[in-house]
Amino acid sequence: MTDIEVIGRQLADVIKRYSADYIEARLEQSQRSSITYRGRELESIGQATAIGGNVRALVRGGWGFISFNELGDLPGKVELAVKQARLVGKEESKLAPLQPIVDIVSTAQNPTTKPLAEKKQLLDEYNEIIWRTPKLQTSTIAYSDSHKRVIFLSSAGSYIVQERSDINLRLSAVAAEDGKVQQAGLSIGSAGDFKAISGLRQEVEQMAKHAVELLSAPQVKGGEYTVVLDPVLAGVFVHEAFGHLSEADFVYENDRLRQIMVLGKQFGSKELNIVDSAAIPRLRGSYKYDDEGVPATKTYLIREGELVGRLHSRETAAKMGEKPTGNARAINYHYPPIVRMTNTYIEPGSASFDDIIGDIKEGVYAKNWFGGTTAMEMFTFSAGEAYMIRNGKLAEALRPVVLSGNVFTTLNLIDAIGNDLEMNQGGGCGKGAQMPLPVSNGSPHIRINKCLVGGR
Amino acid sequence: MEDILAQAKRVAEEAEVFMVSSEETPVQFEANRLKRIQSKQSTSVALRIIRQGRIGYASTTELGDTQRLVDNAVETARFGIQARFELPQKASYPQIKVFDPDTESISIEKMIELGEELIALVTEYTPDIVCEAMVTKDIISLRLMNSGGGEASYRKSIFSLSMWGSLIRGTDMLFVGEIQSSCHPITSPQEVAGVVLHQLELAKNRASVPTRQLPVILTPRGVASALIPSLMMAFNGKIVLEGASPIGNRLGQPVFDPKIWLWDDPTIAYRPNSRPCDDEGIPSQRTPLIEQGTVANFLYDLQTAALAHTRSTGNGSRNGGLPTPSPTTLVIAPGKTTFDEMISDIKQGLIIEQLMGAEQGNILGGDFSGNVLLGYKVENGKIVGRVKDTMVSGNVYQILKEIAAIGSKPEWVGGFILTPPIYCPRLSVASK
Repeated sequence: MTDIEVIGRQLADVIKRYSADYIEARLEQSQRSSITYRGRELESIGQATAIGGNVRALVRGGWGFISFNELGDLPGKVELAVKQARLVGKEESKLAPLQPIVDIVSTAQNPTTKPLAEKKQLLDEYNEIIWRTPKLQTSTIAYSDSHKRVIFLSSAGSYIVQERSDINLRLSAVAAEDGKVQQAGLSIGSAGDFKAISGLRQEVEQMAKHAVELLSAPQVKGGEYTVVLDPVLAGVFVHEAFGHLSEADFVYENDRLRQIMVLGKQFGSKELNIVDSAAIPRLRGSYKYDDEGVPATKTYLIREGELVGRLHSRETAAKMGEKPTGNARAINYHYPPIVRMTNTYIEPGSASFDDIIGDIKEGVYAKNWFGGTTAMEMFTFSAGEAYMIRNGKLAEALRPVVLSGNVFTTLNLIDAIGNDLEMNQGGGCGKGAQMPLPVSNGSPHIRINKCLVGGR
Repeated sequence: MEDILAQAKRVAEEAEVFMVSSEETPVQFEANRLKRIQSKQSTSVALRIIRQGRIGYASTTELGDTQRLVDNAVETARFGIQARFELPQKASYPQIKVFDPDTESISIEKMIELGEELIALVTEYTPDIVCEAMVTKDIISLRLMNSGGGEASYRKSIFSLSMWGSLIRGTDMLFVGEIQSSCHPITSPQEVAGVVLHQLELAKNRASVPTRQLPVILTPRGVASALIPSLMMAFNGKIVLEGASPIGNRLGQPVFDPKIWLWDDPTIAYRPNSRPCDDEGIPSQRTPLIEQGTVANFLYDLQTAALAHTRSTGNGSRNGGLPTPSPTTLVIAPGKTTFDEMISDIKQGLIIEQLMGAEQGNILGGDFSGNVLLGYKVENGKIVGRVKDTMVSGNVYQILKEIAAIGSKPEWVGGFILTPPIYCPRLSVASK
């Protein structure tokens, strides 16, 4: 086995010999295991190891980036990165200042070393629970875990060794009858703690039953409704509806967007507070340093309804004259870091669930997570479960709904925020070609006064 | 590779080694100017073994560490599923052209020039648009060998040109974009620019549609975003085998409109998903999926085919794991109606170019629901402007049972799907 520490020290020497405005490198060693089931049977089980690295150089505002998993000829690699940066650079390099940091951050938990038999035992148990449900046609379970050690080093003298673990589990149940097919899913994860995915027998059973229940559920009539989102879906909502728009790399070189996203602009009611923070310990989006070696921070994006901050890399922060937030992340050594979310959530308000639905005559209660995507202004997100609300009470189950909104109006239409914040650790985030990135998001129950729901 | 195979054969009845190397060079433009040049080298090797009848699997990027690779595969084989197939012996493969030396030799300077020309063409037409563009070349070498004597190797070149532009006026945002890819180098920005400029032209004015059922034309990009995700699942042999495909027990039956023909084709020369054989060494073939509205075939890899008592269609693909059935290039046959004839048939309706979120619903059941990211209203036979804050919903099987017309001019979408526009008599539209 190659020791990346040895290569790291060599590389730290090599980059000193090249002239550029800034050079950094990352070296990464990782293990991963995965187990999937389809139907009653195990489908695949595998283990992967990877090693690789990259060099990124900045010359007069232009970036060169080289990634590799063949670890020879380090000078040649640095030279190529610098040469490419030179080809691009035509202006002045701008990076937010950063004191060099030397640190070692290790994780307590490495899920990849847990015996495969133990992982399989838990999944077997979940699969048995799923298959106790009648009318079930098929099911899927996808489990994966990973552990990686990353060395970050820069021409400014930073040298950080950081370990990270991740666990992701996704289950789905598919029910079928008379050519109709319906599915329900569950998605959970953790920053390496296997226990976090262990005690879910009840949730798994409910999921399977819900898939069958959907066979007889009607589809909602399309149109605008008062919509109540549960903490899981509201977390996806805040990620899609606002989180992406607060990533400064969308904004920093786009003058018109800068005008729209000017700090101080009112986006929602006084009760609305939105935060992104990698500094909260032990969530899937948590870390001590980002992939530019910047310490993690807690960043208010919206405070009392007003835009007060955004997520930055060193470059976007410098170009916008703001402070870096430590949000530059890369899924692995193949990619340069870009501005990403970490743990994003709406802070709790004061309303109870009954307060929130009590005065709704006809509305939709959307629960659980299926997916979400954004195009800055407009976004969609989809619920895994949905129910009609009639006269202040939950009524019949609906087929899963896709909801759509517009960032400039929808946040303003949030008129109730619950007191029951929960963080959801399932899924992952995609941006550019980099997905899935471990993130978490969360919220209390929220009510959107008017939201567009797709339907028949 | 020979070493890995030899070492694996000592501990397993059968073994297969699959190695893929890639040298990728993306040239990226942001905010209308050159931002970043990357070069990415990667090599990975995957080992699949059959040990005591069970499948084991491991992969690594650390080529020297053969022992660990073999050990990892052996460990997983203890829990793996029963192998129902035999690895293919030495076969002769069709000659499918997927490598163009001109792509390999194209210089970074030329790629920069191409991106700059593309951005110039678009910004000349719409000065206040902010464009991102990417010019990428990727040279891939693939090699596969197994203990049954099966062996395959080929090189592939992929060149792609993409652009994504945003036009912001007040809080109104318009996004336009196009991606093209080929095994040949793309030497002119004209085609991609043409698509983007056409989108900008049609979106100049704003229009709104009512909440109700309306006739809808899906452009080739619209077909790809609304209908293809469901069809890809429905024809996947694995999903058919589980009984989760709504058309799984309808082989040979008319399920779709008789105007529809669909096939999977990895044999078209110089397409990015073409190949002489699949990732298990099964020769490539063109597989009809829908013939005149009738379900003709499903897509299989070796294991799934064996379980379903049929033969692999050469659709075993790996995406970082064990082979699984996946489509390569999907082709929908053109019909007889021109795009203009479709439009002139509509009194009030919608053209959908990009649907956002359509893959988030119950795609297995064919339901889709999405926000019209880019779409236009048709009024009295004319396109009158762009619609916003609008959702459409439907079911792929209901839509494709009865379509009004199929367009006469197919277009490549992203290099992987070749389809004409499809005209649906009615779809549910919800709007603010």
